[in-house]
Amino acid sequence: MNLFSLPTDTWNSSLRRRELLSLSAGLGLSFVLPGMSSRAADKRGHERATSLITLWMHGGPSQLETWDPHPGTAIGGPTQAIDTTIPGTQIAALLPLMAEQLQHVSVIRSLVSKEGDHERGTYFVKTGYRPDPTVRHPAIGALIPHELKGSSLEIPAYVSLGGGQWPGRGGYLGDEYDAFRIFEPGQGLHNMRPRVGDRRQDNRIEGLSMLSNSFRKGRGQLADRTMHQRTVEQALTMMNSDQLKAFEIEDEPEPTRQRYGDTRFGRGCLVARRLIETGVRSVEVTLSGFDSHANNFEAHQSRAAELDPAFAALIDDLRQRDLYDSTIVLCIGEFGRTPRINPLDGRDHWPSGFSAVVGGGGLRSGVVIGETDPTGENKDPADPVKIQDLYATILSQLSIDPDKELMTPIGRPLYLCEGTPLPQLMQT
Amino acid sequence: MFKRLKIYGPALALVIALGAMIRATAFPTVEARIADDAPREIAIPNQSVIDQINAWYAKSWEAQGFIRADVADDLTVLRRLSLALHGTIPSLEEIRRFEADRRPQRLALWCREMLNDSRYGDYFAERLTRAFVGTQQEPFLVFRRDRFKNWIAEQIQDNRPYDEMIREMIAREGLWTGEPATNFVTHAVNDGDIDENKLAGKTVRAVLGQRIDCAQCHDHPFADWKQQQFEQLAAFYGQTRISPFGIADDPDAVYSIEDTQTLEDREVSPAVPFNPEWKPDQGTRRERLATWCTSPDNRRFARAAVNRIWAQMFGKAWSEGAPYYARIDDLPDPEPDAASDPIPLDMLADAFVKSGFDVAAMVQTIAALDVFRLSSITDVPDDELKVHVDNWAVFPLVRLRPEQIVGSMMQATSIKTLDQNSHLLTRTLRLINENDFLNEYGDLGAEEFEERSGTVPQALLRMNGRLFGDSIKPNPLNATPRIAIAAGSPEVLLETCFLTCLSRRPNADEARYFLDEWMEDNSRKPGERAHDLYWILINSPEFSWNH
Repeated sequence: MNLFSLPTDTWNSSLRRRELLSLSAGLGLSFVLPGMSSRAADKRGHERATSLITLWMHGGPSQLETWDPHPGTAIGGPTQAIDTTIPGTQIAALLPLMAEQLQHVSVIRSLVSKEGDHERGTYFVKTGYRPDPTVRHPAIGALIPHELKGSSLEIPAYVSLGGGQWPGRGGYLGDEYDAFRIFEPGQGLHNMRPRVGDRRQDNRIEGLSMLSNSFRKGRGQLADRTMHQRTVEQALTMMNSDQLKAFEIEDEPEPTRQRYGDTRFGRGCLVARRLIETGVRSVEVTLSGFDSHANNFEAHQSRAAELDPAFAALIDDLRQRDLYDSTIVLCIGEFGRTPRINPLDGRDHWPSGFSAVVGGGGLRSGVVIGETDPTGENKDPADPVKIQDLYATILSQLSIDPDKELMTPIGRPLYLCEGTPLPQLMQT
Repeated sequence: MFKRLKIYGPALALVIALGAMIRATAFPTVEARIADDAPREIAIPNQSVIDQINAWYAKSWEAQGFIRADVADDLTVLRRLSLALHGTIPSLEEIRRFEADRRPQRLALWCREMLNDSRYGDYFAERLTRAFVGTQQEPFLVFRRDRFKNWIAEQIQDNRPYDEMIREMIAREGLWTGEPATNFVTHAVNDGDIDENKLAGKTVRAVLGQRIDCAQCHDHPFADWKQQQFEQLAAFYGQTRISPFGIADDPDAVYSIEDTQTLEDREVSPAVPFNPEWKPDQGTRRERLATWCTSPDNRRFARAAVNRIWAQMFGKAWSEGAPYYARIDDLPDPEPDAASDPIPLDMLADAFVKSGFDVAAMVQTIAALDVFRLSSITDVPDDELKVHVDNWAVFPLVRLRPEQIVGSMMQATSIKTLDQNSHLLTRTLRLINENDFLNEYGDLGAEEFEERSGTVPQALLRMNGRLFGDSIKPNPLNATPRIAIAAGSPEVLLETCFLTCLSRRPNADEARYFLDEWMEDNSRKPGERAHDLYWILINSPEFSWNH
């Protein structure tokens, strides 16, 4: 029974408070399968839901100051390199905790894109498609909840934490697949409590349902397409849900919070872990401030100070909770930065030969793919990797067929992803 | 004694002033009659074009077997006009006055009056400013978005010919503070230099309604734009320089770019992609580009302008059946037979040129079209609804923009019209609240005419948010308790709340529902009833959607 699809003429008769209460608890669940516990932590092996956490490095991080340093060269700048738990592989000394964890992830040092503008680059790297005036593609993070339905989740299945200018969008899947945005993760949610007591709230919701049906008369599908009623249902479900606790970090032991770091990004990563545990399929955590056209080295020092503890704690925490095999963690930005250091001690945009780190979810770890020229002379990296191939890998690993086609509103079918899984990362 | 007066004096004065304010706003005298000297009739601009377009649609619908929706009632159309021109629903005061207006052409007369209200200039200016320079406030120091927007508002309020305004925007020289039009150029300043590519792309998008940005890097995959044409267009901005004295053109400057193949600099001369005869030989490069863009013969210019006004009125861009075309800055190329067999967009474009690019006349023309007056309610079966809407046989449902939502909320919680005559305190409060609300509700930026559905965070904000929660609370400064006191009977209370929030009266089912509920539970005070009813009305889909 769906509260919001009752015909208008029954409104005078039947709904009593008790019924309303029980309804509002179950509202909005018509689109999911009932009965299963959503807590990923309660399950084991194949029955466990798979998820993706994307650590989004907004602004375009320098590969040379993160995963692909070239110390002592003309392009290397002052950045030093340190050994990691992958034998023979060094990363920037700014990331000592990640150096410890590196054996659990793989590093790609040869991503290539043709989009050197922030907005277009973000679009491309988030969706795997270049911007197209005729259709808006869904972010990879939105595709996952779209394709992997079926847990009794009462909070949004795709969440973006920590701001960022262009959060993942549902594109042609619809706005309901847009990421649910939390600007200050771990600092309480806004607008989650009704402003009046239970009895009045019930009356209000009943009246609202009546008016929604009134508006639907003679508008039918047009009114449904507004998603108005459905978003109200989902909002009510969320307001009444215990799962909201996943957004809070007060219950976490102090040492855990310390490990992630008391920063917006650190809290975001901790909330991301809690969301995944609760059954959220896709979380994006944004770290901003990488657009270092000037003072590149200072900027990366401060960014790394937030990234390193949070990323390392996330991997360690997921592993300890036996969630790592069902959760892929990807750290990526819209592009890299130029090997050349400009007169302002900055680096500019560089979409050819930038880095990403990916691990978990049963992917092979400890792999290093691609190589950039330490002299900076040769623009093209060895063993170049396309974003599309990276996403085909992630989708396949999450048991989603990248070759599946979806019909778009413009009547053109599109592949979920136009790439081929990377054999280096797939378990054989 | 004096010492005491010193302490209590200001407090007393404040209490008296507040009391007077509450009294004045609690019982507003609603002027529900039309002035004796008000005009009785109006000659609607472009009447023959209106007839032509109405006939075109009637024929098109008949040929496709569409069922045209009934005409919407006048209050619904008044709500559409108020949202489109002032960015808010009509106030109770306006509704009372409108209902007392017995003039046969009252909608057309009200449309013209709304165009004379400064809310029209302000609201239209914000929309145009988005199209021309976006929503960003950067680059700091050299770009003054507020000045630019105020300048547009003045042009719109004075009904300056649209082509003149665009020419000034493209070609003006001077300082961004004293010559606000130059902010169009300075919004594209990047690291101290003018980004010619950004200006070329923006000019073609905002002024000609086409996208050539992708030709910046490669030949356009869908249209006839070539990379070379893009470079040549950008070259029109190639002599423009920025200095502490402002924006100026250096006639001796050479525009050269790095060739992506050879990596060597090569000079690019300005050239237009089609009809070079529209371009004068005299003037700065920017002046020549501006004249070419705005030529009365340049159908793309007039079509783009008319489409923008259309989008403003309907909340979505014009389209002919295919929703994919319904993008404000990606219009299809004009048909070769546009002159002999015009589509409605061409008919309006021709009328716009003929009127001397008169924006206010175009607003009145579109407001008088049958398609603007049709209802969004229909008997058409569900599976045919969308195609009916795509062909304008049924009025579309369009999500209100965040500013319209917040404007309407503020208006609904006040009885009097909130305009330039409102109390300064009210206006300031509105501004502060608006900005907070907009941030949370999510600004659509330049994509504001794309089809969007509602979102969960928006529902949460409307249901539980502070701004709205505070403004419907039964405190003496809000409308709810005043309506409750003044109403006298539950019937009047119900009707007044519906009119204030939804600009209509409750239908029989709705009235029965609420009156029965109130009768069953008579423990609640009228103020609480009004409070709850307001919450329900403002959270209803009808409030958040143009219909």
